[in-house]
Amino acid sequence: MSLSTSAARHKSLGDDLYKRSDKVNGELFALTYGALVVQLIKDYEDYDEVNKQLEKMGYNIGVRLIEDFLARTGLGRCKDFTEVGEVMAKVAFRSLLAITPSLIHHPVSPTQPKPAFSLIFDENPLTDFVELPEEAVEGGLVYAKVLEGVIRGALEMIQTSVTAQIVSDTLRGDERTELRVTLVRYLEEEMPPGDD
Amino acid sequence: MSSSSTAFSVWIINKAGGLIYSKTYAQGLSPGSALLATFKCEAESSPPDLTSNEYLVLASTFHSIHAIASRISPISGSSGVEVIEAETFKMTCLQSPTGTKFVLLTTPSHPSPEQVLRRVYETYADYLKDPFYTVEMPIRSETFDTKLASVVRG
Repeated sequence: MSLSTSAARHKSLGDDLYKRSDKVNGELFALTYGALVVQLIKDYEDYDEVNKQLEKMGYNIGVRLIEDFLARTGLGRCKDFTEVGEVMAKVAFRSLLAITPSLIHHPVSPTQPKPAFSLIFDENPLTDFVELPEEAVEGGLVYAKVLEGVIRGALEMIQTSVTAQIVSDTLRGDERTELRVTLVRYLEEEMPPGDD
Repeated sequence: MSSSSTAFSVWIINKAGGLIYSKTYAQGLSPGSALLATFKCEAESSPPDLTSNEYLVLASTFHSIHAIASRISPISGSSGVEVIEAETFKMTCLQSPTGTKFVLLTTPSHPSPEQVLRRVYETYADYLKDPFYTVEMPIRSETFDTKLASVVRG
């Protein structure tokens, strides 16, 4: 199957799932997440700790979200890490957050022994209205850190151990928001039987 | 006597092979029923159900058989056990890519156990959204029981 037909298939799967899903008001969602982040900052008073908690929360969301995603799309195992990126950008993000981040593949090279891909967000319902105060930027707060955890948790449940990191963030003054996902290893010993 | 598309019971087995949910919807598939069927007699009262411990053992046995089947299959890249067909029942299994197994026991002539299992999977995925439910633990929820009963009974 050529890449263009599988890309078209992913896109229509994402669009279709988005159409079938219940919707919530985007502003309400942004407000809810914002209230959460602000409360965490008040409670922990330490931006590193807030980052950690956001990632942990994301992890707990991810481990549950993956079953729902798989149940509703009926998708099976991806054939390689490249396809993981495609499905994540075109089906998952499209159906869950109504956005399709751009995808950049980073093939294996001598300086990068494991495959990776980057998701470039030019819009994000979580961060639409947010302006980080100076001290939050200096303190190292990564506002959308929850997304890193969601990706890590979701992929771990399908035996794919990854690191997911927001490597540049427009909220912190960078040119673009980039989330880089790098394969650590496949958890072969936990693979369900008979998966190709 | 059961109709030709009765679903007898549902099991949900977690990744480690532990039974986290089991429900019987119709009689006719208890240990004595195969014997009764052989003698072609109508049961006045159904033989007793298995104890919950026996269900646990059955489920973990199935979990192991499911895995072994993919290893001993003469064709490489085979999945685990999908269907077991016998004279008095059909056992269908759906395994999610995360390793959770959904098992449905039906009459042999049930037309679409896979479709029922897909909806069982969706109902389970919905239940995961309860933040107070610990994943992989036994499911004890009346709402889940009701939702699943309507899915299985069709």
